[in-house]
Amino acid sequence: MDHFTRRIRYVLKRLLQAVPIVLAIIVMNFFLLQLAEGDAVDVLAGEAGSATPEYMAELRAKFGLDQPLPVQLVLYLKNIASFDLGYSFRHEMPVLDLVLDRFFATVLLMVSTILLAVGFGVLLGLLAATGLNTWRDTAISIFALITYATPLFWVGLMLIVVFSLTLGWFPTSGMENIAAFHEGWDRVVDIAHHLVLPTITLSLFYLALYTRLMRASMLEQAGQDYVTTARAKGLTERRIMFVHVLRNALLPVVTMAGVQVGALIGGSVIVESVFAWPGLGMLAFEALFARDLNLLLGIFLLSALLVVAVNLVVDIIYSTLDPRIEVS
Amino acid sequence: MNALLDIRDLHIALPEGSQRPYAVEAADLQLAPNEILCVVGESGSGKSLTARALMGLLPKPHVRVAKGAIDFLGEDLTAVSDARLRQIRGSEISMIFQEPMTALNPVMTIGRQIDEVFRFHAKMPGRERRDRALALLADVHLPNPAQIVRAYPHELSGGQRQRAMIAMALALDPKILIADEPTTALDVTTQAQILKLIKEMQAAHNTGVLFITHDFGVVADIADRVAVMQNGLVVETGPAAEVLNAPQHAYTKSLMAAVPSLTPRPARPRSEERVLEVKGLTKTYRGGGGFFGLGAPARIVKAAADVTLDLRRGETLGIVGESGSGKSTVARCIVRLNDADSGEILLDGVDLRPLARAAMRPHRAKIQMVFQDPYASLNPRTRVGRIIAQGPMIQGMDAAEAEAKARELLGIVGLDERAYDRFPHEFSGGQRQRIGVARALALEPEVLVADEPVSALDVSIQDQILKLLDEIRERMNLSMVFITHDLRVAAQVCDRLAVMRYGKVVEEGPTAAVFADPQDDYTKALLDAVPGKSWLPGATVAAQ
Repeated sequence: MDHFTRRIRYVLKRLLQAVPIVLAIIVMNFFLLQLAEGDAVDVLAGEAGSATPEYMAELRAKFGLDQPLPVQLVLYLKNIASFDLGYSFRHEMPVLDLVLDRFFATVLLMVSTILLAVGFGVLLGLLAATGLNTWRDTAISIFALITYATPLFWVGLMLIVVFSLTLGWFPTSGMENIAAFHEGWDRVVDIAHHLVLPTITLSLFYLALYTRLMRASMLEQAGQDYVTTARAKGLTERRIMFVHVLRNALLPVVTMAGVQVGALIGGSVIVESVFAWPGLGMLAFEALFARDLNLLLGIFLLSALLVVAVNLVVDIIYSTLDPRIEVS
Repeated sequence: MNALLDIRDLHIALPEGSQRPYAVEAADLQLAPNEILCVVGESGSGKSLTARALMGLLPKPHVRVAKGAIDFLGEDLTAVSDARLRQIRGSEISMIFQEPMTALNPVMTIGRQIDEVFRFHAKMPGRERRDRALALLADVHLPNPAQIVRAYPHELSGGQRQRAMIAMALALDPKILIADEPTTALDVTTQAQILKLIKEMQAAHNTGVLFITHDFGVVADIADRVAVMQNGLVVETGPAAEVLNAPQHAYTKSLMAAVPSLTPRPARPRSEERVLEVKGLTKTYRGGGGFFGLGAPARIVKAAADVTLDLRRGETLGIVGESGSGKSTVARCIVRLNDADSGEILLDGVDLRPLARAAMRPHRAKIQMVFQDPYASLNPRTRVGRIIAQGPMIQGMDAAEAEAKARELLGIVGLDERAYDRFPHEFSGGQRQRIGVARALALEPEVLVADEPVSALDVSIQDQILKLLDEIRERMNLSMVFITHDLRVAAQVCDRLAVMRYGKVVEEGPTAAVFADPQDDYTKALLDAVPGKSWLPGATVAAQ
């Protein structure tokens, strides 16, 4: 059969498989939050200082919190189907608007981090493997070991101290200079300027991981039989490395990157707070302490969808890299 | 002789601290155009390294040519520059390998892999390169070359992959083709086809072929001249007819004596007592499908379809067939490592198939298995003594008693008692298989199921293990189910044969009868494909 039509079938199949996963995530999120003590009415009443039990019951009835759980779940599912994520009482805004507002910032940070970590990780791993046991290999390995072992928040703080406070090259926090009212390309440049330090901070750990993985993977592949075949064909070492070994060696790195996207969102909470980056992580942090359950649910849902989507993309990339995947 | 290749006094040095200083020592070999030279030897004889040295493919810097010359049409291949060596590889000397799956790049189409040879050695436009690749694939008798060009290696069968490898190797009409065990990983019928193809291509192109193999049957089928290697030394060379029929060196003689003869051994009287009966055993594997027809096409493999077998006391029943015939599935179902879908497995009248885990346990001791790969089937972190004693202890034997038994068994399988406290990696393949046999025997089984127990071993070791199994069967009055793909081994070991194909038993009967008068077409094809069938190793050696 044609490879192209098979790929289309594969993508369709993976899309279909994502549907039950998303449904399961929604239901699990809902029940997870039900496990937590107290609800939004407790918080509102607590903040108001005094609230009669009658008033609280009235509030609960208004928000539908007095209904039995299954009814609440069905209601929730119905709302989600019409893209209604509920209302955040704390921010006094629809959750959808709030979340979408922050979504862009998180996706920006995530994508730039993945690109940096995978791109440079692959490059450094490649350089280390091609210069095995030379000073280049040693230097890269030491760099990877140090960055691997350093805690995220500390790196962030140190980068701020050195590059923002001492050298003044990059801004310390935020996503853009709001007071400057940049528009068009100026705004893009401004955001990119703000993006540099958070991206580096968040990607360093993964960069180290992918460097080591890529180096090991290259060395493993270089010992395979097909490399001997390539050599027996009279190919140059350069072509063997870059055409034969590289593509095979990339496979484990891509797999690993796909798995770690979820962890990346978790890790971004720290980085977002260090750099005051207005992303979902920050919002989740605030929502958690305000017991803004609707908002928290919305964030959970969106990040879960993000992970599912990224994994889908990774799988599709993987299937173009490895033709064997369609069969199994 | 007008030699194409003249290897003189070749020494290949191993890294310091190895078992011996040279992998290959003072090798002298010549190869003429239009000639097939077979280099035969067991593992570790240095035959593969000799072939790699020609191509400059030794794992440098640890293994290198220390002395000697490889004269290829006036050029010394040990002294030429890397650039010149690259020019020679693939265009003047090319090579095919043992494992056609791993020898091809899994993520590159066959067409691109063939194309690389043209691109690197000859200047020609893309169209011509593509046409040449198509012609090559047609030359090696691959069906539908236009489709194969776009296929990835995993989409082809083992035989097809090896054909594609041969097409790639012959792309630029090389003067020498080096074939390193090219048919070892293939089924016998496929092997016969590939050997025929190599001979055909060699005759059409006047290529000199250096053919590395461990199998004297293959040598008998294909060789013009033979060189026998042992521990890095070329002990004997000569025309094939001479070496095969009148070997001079003691090692050559012992190697040939170890090759099992195709003449079945005399039949023994059959016992009336049925030990194991398999009735209507069926096992189906399912894969793919699902997702509204978007998944991979559903694959339903009938690994065993209505298999019926009958094993009498003291008898060895051989199950022979090619890969995918379901012979291993049947073995694993009998021992209850896999669960059959339906049928009966009667051991002493008790049906084992429906038994649950706990109910099965007392019966486990009665039926034991010896596995194919002696390297993978022993836990590397467990001492040999424990491996053997574990079984009886699980069955409730006292620890001291189990230890005494394990030590006794080590003696029976021909190992030193000191092996008790060692780890599996300290032993050779043959010794490990002995440990595997001792482990199975520790439970005093009535039935021993041996799944290709000798196919990973060299012929001389294979011979020893087969003798050991025979001896033990006599001594303990064991009944054996012996799975093998090798009809030579089957002829020497089995009283009866069941020939399997696509999960079905196509023919069953006493070994001698099946060999002398095969009924099924497939059995005939199998017997016909046995390498070196016209050559009788036992007879020639015995005659001397």
